[in-house]
Amino acid sequence: MAFDNAYESLTEEHGEETRWAYGTGFADTMAGVAHALPAGADPADLFAYCLMLGDDALVLAQRLAEWCSRAPELEEDVALANIGLDLLGQARPLYTRAGEVYPAGRPAGVPRHVPDEDALAYFRDEHAFRNVRLVEIDCGPGPGGDFAATIARLLVFSSWRLALLSRLTSSTDPVLAAVAAKGVKELAYHRDHAAQWTLRLGDGTEESHRRMVAGLATVWPLLDELFIAHPVELRLAETGVAADPSALESEVDEVLDQVLARAGLDRPEVRPLAPVGGRAGRDGVHTEAMGYLLAEMQYLARSQPEAVW
Amino acid sequence: MPGVELARRVAEGVPDPELPVLTLADLGVLRDVRVTGHRAVVTVTPTYSGCPALDAIRDDLRARLREAGFPEVEVRTALHPAWTTDWISDAGRRKLAEAGIAPPDRLGPRPAGPVPLRLDPPARTVRCPRCGSPDTVELSHFGATACRALRRCTACAEPFEHVKEI
Repeated sequence: MAFDNAYESLTEEHGEETRWAYGTGFADTMAGVAHALPAGADPADLFAYCLMLGDDALVLAQRLAEWCSRAPELEEDVALANIGLDLLGQARPLYTRAGEVYPAGRPAGVPRHVPDEDALAYFRDEHAFRNVRLVEIDCGPGPGGDFAATIARLLVFSSWRLALLSRLTSSTDPVLAAVAAKGVKELAYHRDHAAQWTLRLGDGTEESHRRMVAGLATVWPLLDELFIAHPVELRLAETGVAADPSALESEVDEVLDQVLARAGLDRPEVRPLAPVGGRAGRDGVHTEAMGYLLAEMQYLARSQPEAVW
Repeated sequence: MPGVELARRVAEGVPDPELPVLTLADLGVLRDVRVTGHRAVVTVTPTYSGCPALDAIRDDLRARLREAGFPEVEVRTALHPAWTTDWISDAGRRKLAEAGIAPPDRLGPRPAGPVPLRLDPPARTVRCPRCGSPDTVELSHFGATACRALRRCTACAEPFEHVKEI
């Protein structure tokens, strides 16, 4: 098979099979993992929980991909793209699992040849996305952000998600447990990467220190939301499917304090970004940035939904 | 009728698209091969969650097995248990080094529970695959593919890739 030309690998060897243009063309069947619904778990809750975990990963993957070709050095283009790819890889089986346990959740009107994972990624509207708001805000490379803010977000996010997935390795849902076991190893590398950059910038020049302080101040208002348990999470935690995020706070705080102390940085004193009428990202209430992000991510698939290779 | 031994031999011999010096058997991603009549079912595991090579591996497996006389080929993906670089075979490690890519160390079983943060990771000795010097430094933790890091040898000054442990 030829690898010099990406289009050849997409078009050859598929015979009469058509492949939807925006997907990978294969479903992760999670062979060897049991697919039964865990005892006591409500399928709609498990669907929502898979979306929460999947949306956190997908939306940050999209944000990280925006840096490709615009990072401060070539190696960093590659690093951020790699990290985004890991997160995208974590999102895929979560969406497939969501579609499998609760087919009624599939967005209406999506062509049949579009796999569940792609239907959920490309054809949901903003209010149906359940990611925390931390992953959606603009931390650069656009004029609203800065590389230091992206690093600050990655540090917070990877420390939190690593703690979360560590617990989910013993989830009573076999698919979540498998995704978590795989993800933990990847997130340990992501957290190391963000921590090393935080040290380098925080303990670097006057300018890099100033920008790291500003970056932390940008993301810190979104920190509290990570530890607020949604009713879906609480119900599923009772059946051993989910982890209660409020139980992660001290572990994450300890990691963040260790990094900040070494980098000569203080915990920002900023007010948390309040929920809107008691609702935030997990309920589908997002910041202004989210609509623009989805527009870019979903535009092509929505305008040409029938396109196939 | 072609049998499971043939299917296994063919599947094992498919080269990895991103590290073509290795076969799928060397890389340790081939989990299971079964044959029922003319149908071959092959189970593979991704190295990283988002590894794009998996799609190419799937296509290659189908093409090679069809050539070998299996008209129906199904390739399944198994995420669990998670792949580790410990599964790269000794032959695979030798082939990597010969191709100028430093092979990973063996990590052994890892403890459960929270992953400790290490701000000062112990200095790693990764030998230069060209001159053998232990004086090498990491340039970037994330290389051309998810599984590789970039290093440079301070003795012979050549850059090289390292399959990092996971």
